[in-house]
Amino acid sequence: MKPALATLLARAQQLYEDLDLAAVRAWKEAAPGRRAIGYLPIYVPRELIHAAGMLPVGIVGGGDRVEIIRGDAYFQSYICHIPRSTLELALAGRLAALDGMLFPSICDVIRNLSGMWKLLFPDLYVRYIDVPQNYDPAVGGAYWRRELDQLREELSRLAGRSIEDDDLRRSIAIYNENRKAIRELYRARSRQPWIYPTSEMYLFLRAGLLLPPEEHTRLLREYLEQAGREEDRREQDQSRVVLTGMFCEQPPLGLLLTLERAGCWVVDDDLLLGLRWIMGDVAVEGDPLGNLVQAFLHESSATASRYEPEGRRGRWLVDSVRSNQAEGVIFCAPSFCDPALLEQPLLVAALEREGIPHTQFKYSEDTGQFAVIREQAGTFSDSIRLWSER
Amino acid sequence: MSPEIPSVKPAVPADTRKERSMLLQKELIAQHYAALERAPQEGRKVVYTFVPGNLTELMRSFDLLPVLPEINALQSGMRKLSGDYIQEAEKAGHSEDVCSYVKCDIGMLKKGNRSPIGTQLPPPDLLLLSYTGCFTFMKWFELLRHEYDCPVAMLHVPYQSDGLIHAHHRDYIVQQLRSEVIPKFEKITGRRYDEDRMKERLALSARAEDDLVWVLESARNVPSPIDAYFGGVYYIGPIFSAFRGTPEGVEYYRTLRAEVEERVRARQGPMTPEGPMSDERYRLVVEGPPNWTSFREFWKMFHEEGAVVVASSYTKVGGLYDRGFRHDPTRPLETLADYCLGCYTNLGLPSRLDLLEAYVREYRADGFLINSVKSCNSFSVGQLLMLRQLEERTGVPGGFIESDLVDPRYFSSANIKNRIESYFQMLGQKRHARVNA
Repeated sequence: MKPALATLLARAQQLYEDLDLAAVRAWKEAAPGRRAIGYLPIYVPRELIHAAGMLPVGIVGGGDRVEIIRGDAYFQSYICHIPRSTLELALAGRLAALDGMLFPSICDVIRNLSGMWKLLFPDLYVRYIDVPQNYDPAVGGAYWRRELDQLREELSRLAGRSIEDDDLRRSIAIYNENRKAIRELYRARSRQPWIYPTSEMYLFLRAGLLLPPEEHTRLLREYLEQAGREEDRREQDQSRVVLTGMFCEQPPLGLLLTLERAGCWVVDDDLLLGLRWIMGDVAVEGDPLGNLVQAFLHESSATASRYEPEGRRGRWLVDSVRSNQAEGVIFCAPSFCDPALLEQPLLVAALEREGIPHTQFKYSEDTGQFAVIREQAGTFSDSIRLWSER
Repeated sequence: MSPEIPSVKPAVPADTRKERSMLLQKELIAQHYAALERAPQEGRKVVYTFVPGNLTELMRSFDLLPVLPEINALQSGMRKLSGDYIQEAEKAGHSEDVCSYVKCDIGMLKKGNRSPIGTQLPPPDLLLLSYTGCFTFMKWFELLRHEYDCPVAMLHVPYQSDGLIHAHHRDYIVQQLRSEVIPKFEKITGRRYDEDRMKERLALSARAEDDLVWVLESARNVPSPIDAYFGGVYYIGPIFSAFRGTPEGVEYYRTLRAEVEERVRARQGPMTPEGPMSDERYRLVVEGPPNWTSFREFWKMFHEEGAVVVASSYTKVGGLYDRGFRHDPTRPLETLADYCLGCYTNLGLPSRLDLLEAYVREYRADGFLINSVKSCNSFSVGQLLMLRQLEERTGVPGGFIESDLVDPRYFSSANIKNRIESYFQMLGQKRHARVNA
């Protein structure tokens, strides 16, 4: 690896390991009065936080690097892992850099976690973000507009300054650039997964949870350029797979590495989906809040926590397989993840209608043993290479 | 104007008057399942929907027959059918981690869609996805849409995270009723929405709600004439399912109230499956749904120790009537919106905690118990924190047990009995210490 890429990678790795939010504290200390707002997966309108001059900070639990001491006392054994490690971080004071927390509507766990936060941290700004499941602009759009109006008012109060339309337009443009860079990275990985392996690319995506979007966009572009110069990264005969089920609780990095070592190139995924929830650009001109509403209604990613009115569950997955020339799908969901696991039979049915191979396993963010996953993924990859018409 | 309530023939002889409401309910349920079985022949349309946020008055105003998969699942659990259904669903690829109501329902469908009492259930003409207080509902009906290939009407009810009904939340629901739900009802029935019929239905609802609240609040008496959890799940049956806004529902609650009034006058304790409970030793508030697969065994663990549940949150999943809400015929769609918004599991944890605290105080409870069910994250996430904070706020000891709704594999009888017995011992010791202090 060339020094330039090694330096970038070290920076991304450092941010990945930054569970104490040192980067956020540094950002706040760089200018007086700065504030940071945490948000859980999947989607929050980060543009509004940014337009208030505050830093949106993505919180995705503690991964495999947090020993759960207090968090387990708050959750039954049959509840997924992300709330317990997130609470562990908070109770240990490791999220103290945050001046507020947003909890998007994704499942009952994250929803109730918002209430737990209100009870445990009564002095902190906490809001549940209930996105519309009706996509008629006059109905769900009108509701979402009022919700965003309220959020705008609350964030303005917290920031001590009003969020002007021009502020919001600037932020929308900045996030458009960020999403564009992420889309370019996804396209580049799909074309050459050996140049942009997921286990590495993921670290650069994760940096987007902590960095201001402008800085994250620069980092992504530098990575795109520097990784592309790595001549010793050569094509290998591995299977091309789409990975799905990882939109909330994140897999340990070791799991992504294991899949690659087992012969799978991931060519599409739903990791950190919130960073690219809006699939296209949000319009910049005109009414910026209205533009955010329109983007949510018409440009949102299809995923388990979002209602699909046309009954075409799985269409996006089949489309992804086709457009990325994938040869199979790996369902890789966190244990006890209601959205992913309830949806899985529908997705399996969609794949089977199209004759697309698939396999499935579960993980927890602190899974430490990958032997079984490696064997299963390896067998899946072999079966694709041996039996599919390639 | 409200329609006349037809007189309902006594379901049982006068000498068993105390149990008349139970037999009346059984008769209502049997009649409803029979009507569902006949529906395809009679050309009646069938809508599947959920208990929280159900729109029974609206459905009935279109002469639609409701099917409630949650009720089918819990009744399958009580009749020991759910275990096989769940395994059937898991064989078909449904995860062991997810809600057992969903798997019970899918398994029942795959085994021929016979109702828990053995009648044939018709397929839905429409799935009314009242997305109220439970994320799983959305996936459940997406799965059913895949199975039945039928239309869905989505009604998204915003969560009351701050315990307040915001005007734009109500407007959002009303607009969805107007633009999504009512047009789909009109399409499948070929009838126009008739607001006068709705108003008649809503007036009937309010009358039944008055009597239900009276019954639930009778538990403030010492001794309590009712068990507001194990008995309570029977009392809420008609109003949470197909009979809100019907003359039969009004009659049921009038009958039930008369029975309870008599028990209050006679200073009698609640009825249990083994007869009236005579010695009230502990008064409890319970949070969370019951286990259905071992329901009687579970109840027995309480009544044989002289423990009566005086208030419960589960009996509020289909509406928080005891805090003042009534369906209001003067604002038909708005009142449906307020009803949906106020269902218990649609309330944020702080509101739920406030309610439980009020119950402990108002019903003079000696303790509170949380039955945490694996299947229901909507209820369960946060309950351990609620336990701590409720103890701090009230000074009353809390107990915590774990089971499931309808998966018999998660009801460990010996463990639960041990915990409950230990809990009652602790309550007894605290009482003894207070007396001797």
